[in-house]
Amino acid sequence: MTVQPVSATRPFPFSAIVGQEEMKRALLLTAVDPSIGGVLVFGDRGTGKSTAVRALPALLPPIEAAEGCAVSSPTAAEAPAWSGAGRRVVKKPTPVVDLPLGTTEDRVTGALDVERALTKGETAFRPGLLAQANRGYLYIDEVNLLEDHIVDLLLDVAQSGENAVERDGLSVRHPARFVLVGSGNPEEGELRPQLLDRFGLSVEVASPPTIEERVEVVRRRDAFERDRAAFLRKWSARDGKARAGVMRARAALGGIGTPDEALRDGAALCLHVGADGLRGELTLLRAARALAALEGEARITRAHIRTIAPSALRHRLRRDPLDEAGSTARIERALTELWG
Amino acid sequence: MTPGFARAALALDLLAVDPGLSGLHLRGPAGPARDALLARLDPALPPLRRLAPTAPEDALTGGLDAAATLRSGRMVWTQGALGAPATLLLPMAERTPPARAARLAGRGRTVIAGDEGTEEEALPPGLAARLALFADISGAARGDLSAEGPDRAAIAAGRALLRSVTVPDKALAELAELAATLGIDDLRRLGHAHRAARAHAALRARGEVGAPDLEVAAALVLGPRARRLPPSEEEEQAERAPPPEAPSEGGPMPDTVLDAARAVLPPGLLAGLALRGAARGEGRGARRKGGARGRPLPARPGRIAPGERLDLVATLRAAAPLQRLRGGPPGQVRILPEDVRLRRHESRSDRLLIFAVDASGSAAAARLAEAKGAVELILAESYAARDHVALVAFRGEGGETVLPPTRSLVRARRTLAGLPGGGGTPLAAGLAEALALARAARGRGMTPVIALLTDGRANVPLEGPPDRVRAAEDAARLARLIAGDRIAALVCDSGLRPSTQLRALAAAMGARYLPLPRAEPGALPAAAKTL
Repeated sequence: MTVQPVSATRPFPFSAIVGQEEMKRALLLTAVDPSIGGVLVFGDRGTGKSTAVRALPALLPPIEAAEGCAVSSPTAAEAPAWSGAGRRVVKKPTPVVDLPLGTTEDRVTGALDVERALTKGETAFRPGLLAQANRGYLYIDEVNLLEDHIVDLLLDVAQSGENAVERDGLSVRHPARFVLVGSGNPEEGELRPQLLDRFGLSVEVASPPTIEERVEVVRRRDAFERDRAAFLRKWSARDGKARAGVMRARAALGGIGTPDEALRDGAALCLHVGADGLRGELTLLRAARALAALEGEARITRAHIRTIAPSALRHRLRRDPLDEAGSTARIERALTELWG
Repeated sequence: MTPGFARAALALDLLAVDPGLSGLHLRGPAGPARDALLARLDPALPPLRRLAPTAPEDALTGGLDAAATLRSGRMVWTQGALGAPATLLLPMAERTPPARAARLAGRGRTVIAGDEGTEEEALPPGLAARLALFADISGAARGDLSAEGPDRAAIAAGRALLRSVTVPDKALAELAELAATLGIDDLRRLGHAHRAARAHAALRARGEVGAPDLEVAAALVLGPRARRLPPSEEEEQAERAPPPEAPSEGGPMPDTVLDAARAVLPPGLLAGLALRGAARGEGRGARRKGGARGRPLPARPGRIAPGERLDLVATLRAAAPLQRLRGGPPGQVRILPEDVRLRRHESRSDRLLIFAVDASGSAAAARLAEAKGAVELILAESYAARDHVALVAFRGEGGETVLPPTRSLVRARRTLAGLPGGGGTPLAAGLAEALALARAARGRGMTPVIALLTDGRANVPLEGPPDRVRAAEDAARLARLIAGDRIAALVCDSGLRPSTQLRALAAAMGARYLPLPRAEPGALPAAAKTL
C-alpha cells in the first residue's frame, strides 16, 4: 500500500460549497450550540449533502479529551476503565462518525471483545460507533433507508444520551451524546415520525436553479479532484474565517439575551402553525440564539426567529398528506399572517 | 458492432481511462454478449469480482473466517468486497436491496451493474445515481462476439494524458444546458458528463474537449437518464400560450369530497386489515423467526441441524470463559456441544398496499375524485405504518400499473392526482394486474394487500368485445384466485348506491366490503353512523 499525503484524504472545503445557504447555516448553528439537536437534510441527489457534513470537522474547534479514550471523556477521571484512556488530557478534533447502512447492532453499540475473551479468557468491552461519536457528530447518509431495528436503537440513545449494553455477560454504560445528522432523498422513502422529531433542524435542499451555478459546482468539484492540495490551499483562509466565527459565537452564546418579546414570538408562531410539542419551541429559541451569536448580535430579535423558523419547525407540523403546498409554505404563510 | 454494443465497449474504455467515472449501468440479459463485453475490460482495472444481490453481508464487509479461526485459535477475518479495490460485477443488480446498493458505488470502486431489464424493476436509485455511464446491449448480434478488441495502447496513452485535458467553459455550459433541458437536476450527473467528455478526449489523444466528446457524454451519460423529452417547437409555442383550464379531476380536490371520504373511512382501517390478515396467518407484523435475516435475536443454545445456522461468534463467546477450566493445549480452543449457539433473526415482512382504482367512465369524474380522496386517506395511514404502496388503474381496454411499489408518499400522491378517467370498466384486467403485482411482491418477501376501488359495473372481459356477463364472470374468477392466494383485500364501492354484485365479488375475494356513500354534506353523518 502506498502512503498518501494527508491532503489526499481531506474532504472538500465547507466554504467552497456553492449556494445551499440554509443547509450550511443549520450545520454551523449546531457547531455553535450542539444542544440544538441534529440536522436532517432532505432533498435531491447530488446537491452536496454528504459533502457539507464531511466538510464540517474542519470548522469545529478541537475538543479536550483524555488521551486514547474510546468515548472522548473530558478528563481521565471520567473515563471508563475499559476505554483505554491515559492520564494526560490532549486536544483532538471533534469526532464525526459515519454510520453506514447495513451496519450491525454490535458495531453500533459495541459488544464483547471476542478476541480478548478467547485468547485471555477476559470479558472485555469493545466500544462501537456510539462511543466514537460521543461529544461529536453521528452522520447517517440515506437515513430513510436505515433498518428499523437500528433506528429504534438510535432513538433510545438519542433520548437518554447514554448507551447501555447488557448482554454476553457485559454490563456497560457510557455517555453517548452526539449531534445526529441525517441525509436522504424523500422520493425513496419517508422517515418515521419518531426519528423525525429527534432532529432539531431540518433543511430541504434542491439543485441550484441557474446554469451558471450548476457549472460552478461542477467546476469546483473538478478542480478539487484534480489538485486537492492546491484547492485546499485556495480555500483554507475562508474555512479558517468560518471556524473563527464559530469559536466567537460559542464564546458569546452564554451572554445572548432572550427578551420577553422573543419568547412570545416563538410561542405565538408555534401555536399558529400547530407544531406539536414543546420541543419545537425550545429548538426555535435555541437556534435563534445561536444565530444571534453567529451574527455577533447581543440579543434574539424577530428577524432571527423568522430566519430560523422553517428549519426548526417544518418537520414538526402535524402531517397533512392532502396539503400539496408542503410544510415550508405553511410556515412562510404563518409568518406573513403573524408579522406581515 | 451493433450500436448498443459499441457504446458499451466505449464505456468500458472510458472507465479504464478514468476509473473515477465509477461505473457502468449495463442493461441486457446475461449471456454471451455480456461475457464478450466483460472480456474487453482493461487489465489495468482491478480484477472483476461478482457480487450476487443476495450475497451475505460477510461478502461485502468481511467477516470471521471460521475455519482459520478454529485452526489457529485467534480471530481471523476475511476481507469483503468493499475492503479492497475491486471491479464489482453485480448480476441482477435490480434485485439488490436499496440499503446495500447505496454502499456499493463510489470510494474508488468500479461497479458494473448488470440490469437484466426483464422485470419492471429499475436499478435502486442510490446505485444508479452513482454510476456515470449507461449502455444497453439487449440488441447485441453475433458479430459483436468477434468484434475487434479494445485499443490498449490508446487507453494507456489516454490515462497518461487525462490530467492535462482541459474542458473549455463553453463545453461545460453546453452540457449543463443539455442536462437542464432533459430534466436532469442531479448535479452529480453533470459532473459525470463532464468527466466522461474529458476521458473521451484523452482516449482520442486530444488536449481539449470538443464537440465529439460532448456527443459521447450525451450518449453515454445524459441521454439515457433523460426525465423528459426536449420540447419540440410546437410544444414550446404551446407553452407560451396561456395554459388551458385544468380539468377538474386533475386539480386539487374540493374539501367537501375529502371530508366525505374522511367521514366514511373508519379510523384504523389498515390496522383492522392487518389483524384480519394475521388471522389468516400473515399480514403485517407477520413475525418470522428464523436464521435468515431481520432483527437479530439473541443466539440460543442448540444443536447443529440442517437449516440452522451456527452463530460462530456467540459460540466462541460461550466457550471462551471456560477455556482455562478445560485446559486444552495453548493456542487451541476447545468447543464442546453445549457451547453451540444458533443464529436467530426476527423479521417483519414489509407490507405492500396495492390500490386497484377504477378510472372508467362509469366511475364519473366526481366519483373518481372521491376514490382518489379515499386512497389519499389510506395513504396517510400507510405512511405512518411505513408501508409500500403501488397503484393499478383500469379503464378502457385494460389495467396497468401506474405506480410500481414505492415507499414515497410524494410520488404516490403525484401519480394519483394525474390519473385520467374515462372508457369502459375492465375490472377483471385490473384485478389481474393487481394479483400479478401481489404475487411478485410476495416473491420478494413482502406481504401484499389489495384495495379495490370501483363502482363494480364491469363491462369489459379479459378478452373479446365488451360484454357485461362475461366481464362479471372474469372478475369473479379473478376474485377467487385472489382468495385462493390468501391475499388480504378490501373493496371500496364508489357507486351511487351499494351494489349487491360488488358485495358478492368482495365475498368471493374474501375481502372486506366498504360502500362509499355519495358525498352530500347533509347525508354524511348518517352514512358514517351506518358503518
